[in-house]
Amino acid sequence: MRASDLLKSRPEGLYCPPGDFFIDPVRPVERALITHGHSDHARSGHRSVLATQETLDIMGLRYGEDFAGTTQAATLGETVDINGIAVTFHPAGHVLGSAQIAVEHGGMRIVASGDYKRQKDATCLPFEPIRCDVFITEATFGLPVFRHPPDHEEIARVLKSAAQFPERSHLIGAYALGKAQRVMRLLRDAGYDRPIYIHGALAKLSDYYQSQGIDLGRLEPGTVESGAKADFAGAIVVGPPSAFADRWARRFPDPISCFASGWMRIRQRAKQGGVELPLIISDHADWDELIVTIKETGAEEIWVTHGREEALVRWCELEGIAARPLHLVGYEDEGD
Amino acid sequence: MNRFAELLDRLVLTPSRNGKLTLLTDYFRSVEDPDRGLALAAITGDLTIAAVKPAMLRALVVERMDPVLFGYSYDYVGDLAETVSLVWPQPQGHIPNHVPTLAEVVGRLQAASRSDGPKVLARLLDDASISARFAIIKLVTGGLRIGVSARLAKQALADLGKVDVAEIEELWHGLAPPYTELFAWLEGRAEKPRSAALALFRPVMLSNAVDDGDLEKLEPADYAAEWKWDGIRVQAVCEGGVRRLYSRTGDDVSGAFPDLAAAMTFEAALDGELLVGDPREATGTFSDLQQRLNRKSVSPKIQQQYPAFMRCYDALQINGEDLRALPFAERRKHLEAFVEALDPSRFDLSPLVAFSDWETLERLRQAPPHPIIEGVMLKRWDSPYLAGRPKGPWFKWKRDPHTVDAVLMYAQRGHGKRSSFYSDYTFGVWAGPEGAEELVPVGKAYFGFTDEELREIDKYVRDNTIERFGPVRSVRADRKNGLVLEVAFEGLNRSTRHKSGVAMRFPRISRLRWDKPAAEADRIETLQALLDR
Repeated sequence: MRASDLLKSRPEGLYCPPGDFFIDPVRPVERALITHGHSDHARSGHRSVLATQETLDIMGLRYGEDFAGTTQAATLGETVDINGIAVTFHPAGHVLGSAQIAVEHGGMRIVASGDYKRQKDATCLPFEPIRCDVFITEATFGLPVFRHPPDHEEIARVLKSAAQFPERSHLIGAYALGKAQRVMRLLRDAGYDRPIYIHGALAKLSDYYQSQGIDLGRLEPGTVESGAKADFAGAIVVGPPSAFADRWARRFPDPISCFASGWMRIRQRAKQGGVELPLIISDHADWDELIVTIKETGAEEIWVTHGREEALVRWCELEGIAARPLHLVGYEDEGD
Repeated sequence: MNRFAELLDRLVLTPSRNGKLTLLTDYFRSVEDPDRGLALAAITGDLTIAAVKPAMLRALVVERMDPVLFGYSYDYVGDLAETVSLVWPQPQGHIPNHVPTLAEVVGRLQAASRSDGPKVLARLLDDASISARFAIIKLVTGGLRIGVSARLAKQALADLGKVDVAEIEELWHGLAPPYTELFAWLEGRAEKPRSAALALFRPVMLSNAVDDGDLEKLEPADYAAEWKWDGIRVQAVCEGGVRRLYSRTGDDVSGAFPDLAAAMTFEAALDGELLVGDPREATGTFSDLQQRLNRKSVSPKIQQQYPAFMRCYDALQINGEDLRALPFAERRKHLEAFVEALDPSRFDLSPLVAFSDWETLERLRQAPPHPIIEGVMLKRWDSPYLAGRPKGPWFKWKRDPHTVDAVLMYAQRGHGKRSSFYSDYTFGVWAGPEGAEELVPVGKAYFGFTDEELREIDKYVRDNTIERFGPVRSVRADRKNGLVLEVAFEGLNRSTRHKSGVAMRFPRISRLRWDKPAAEADRIETLQALLDR
């Protein structure tokens, strides 16, 4: 079987004609397989959804319990048969519940990795490289300039700054699902034991993480009711990045704005966003992780989805690996 | 090296002055000699390292990686030093077992000959972390561009040692990197360094603005008045054959004014205003003066067209005698006698303005005899020359600013405390024929309003946004809708960089004109008329 007969791109997303299912479709479909809970990958309104239990739970929290007609939980490493196609979910290391999806038929195995990273993350299972014929990789940080430093070094910089500026508050912008909880967990691992103040948008998901045994310590709402301005002196506050440009941020004393993202590698990006303390903490693979992963899968062919495809395709060419961009639409290039 | 790199990374993104001071003093306190002194020299521009050209840096990196991938990377990042610091491939199996100190890095770079410079640089980059690579490249390509002036670095030293910044400025030119004896003094481990160097900078005396009600309390007979010249404050010091022209903050600017420096053939330290023209005939305008500012080197043609001269108003030292403790009246006599003997095409005396009461002076102030006069200075006859800005002896009484009614066009989010506020405003005035008027931007201002007014404008911006570009919002502004801002400014220059053809000096918001319809804001012709005066 040819790879392009097993999976092909359609306007709705990546489609498997013999299995009649989509992976991470961007429009409502009959049968959807979903890699992880970020909203550009996990949308509501499908007839049936197959995903890990955590991803299903997260979708339920975000969209309400009736986000799909029927749901089925996939167990990592266990193969499911869908219309004669063998489908297996494997951990992707991106956020809690994230998975790669291996699709196999007639001796051809394609792995759709969704979003992934290789750096250790205490809030989710680590990525497992799966041998395959075709590996579908993201390329959010597909340029040699993206090199993520160890995350604990980045967190140490926040704590150092908090000690240097005890009269000010530190506002860390982080995406509500995954990044925010990872940042909180890293703070705890670095020995920070004061309460962490959170924006309301993070509450449900953070509670869910805690219920899954991921200890985030004491979280308190970052609202005026919880204190006067001076009470937030020296506080660390976590919220979605958009909230910090918002009036919400005014309740904190002389805040230092921090943003946890792989994009913070580029000084100009930090500067434009008014970020004073950029934290290069990413849930996506950096350049080195992308190329190491491509080699580990042993794939003879690489399909590159959202992000900066051209550099990764060029690298594959230099290495003698066939590669092409997939041109899927509807995924965020700028997420993280 | 890593601590220096981290300091640079923080400074470049820290907008507030106090934040920068904290970062600098913490660094100076926690880092040992000689690294901290070398860092200080790098920041103040006193560190000499043979420069590596950008083309050479580029050549080094494409020897080590695919040029196409480098091209994609450079296109994306846009800054060569940053791109190279990020993509620099560490040699296979190379694990540096030692992080070099700043002193080691500087030592190796300074010891390198011109021909092996690039090789030495490459070895340093191999051993460095990403941030450290960026710092090293900044050191060798010249110019850190981190938004920290030499003056601010000296303020941080003053904070560290709890001394007055004037003391550091007075010492500064007699010291050299890595400033070990300076740090020893600031940390209370040694005596204040005694400087044997000649022609040092003497911290200048500054004035306070005249506030409402100030004059009523002052006796006109106690004060001398002079015109306030809108040039640049300089200090000309010649001692034992060493000649230096210093800016107000103690930076040596002799190189930018070789014509004036060449005429400094005396033994004295004089305080005055640098202007252009020939003092016997005509004093140039501020636009003329601008031709001589912010230039590293200056062509003979420009020197001839816009000759620099100094209009002297104080004498700190003459022929080895320190005059600073004398009253102004005495110093002035010395000065008058001294300037008499100098080259009259390069030095003249700032004339005193005779007045008997404040009303007379007020009339003179409002109608000065030359466009480069921006007000009057008041100096107590009996005051010694004091470093810093003591309250009482010297006042500046500026001409009232110009104002114009302009319409808010764009608003940008601020930084730090103001990061959730739209606090930087671009405003425009009307241009074009009647019936087809258009706003042309004429300036940008980010202060002059109260916190309460800031909240009101912020709300107005959010409620009247028509487009967003990153941190900037375009605000509804047409003949019927728009917020009129009264903008005060000190002067106007011709500008080829701005579409309107004018550039404002020191613009700030003086009033919000919620009452004024946008169509009644000023027209560009009002500003153009100011230019032609």
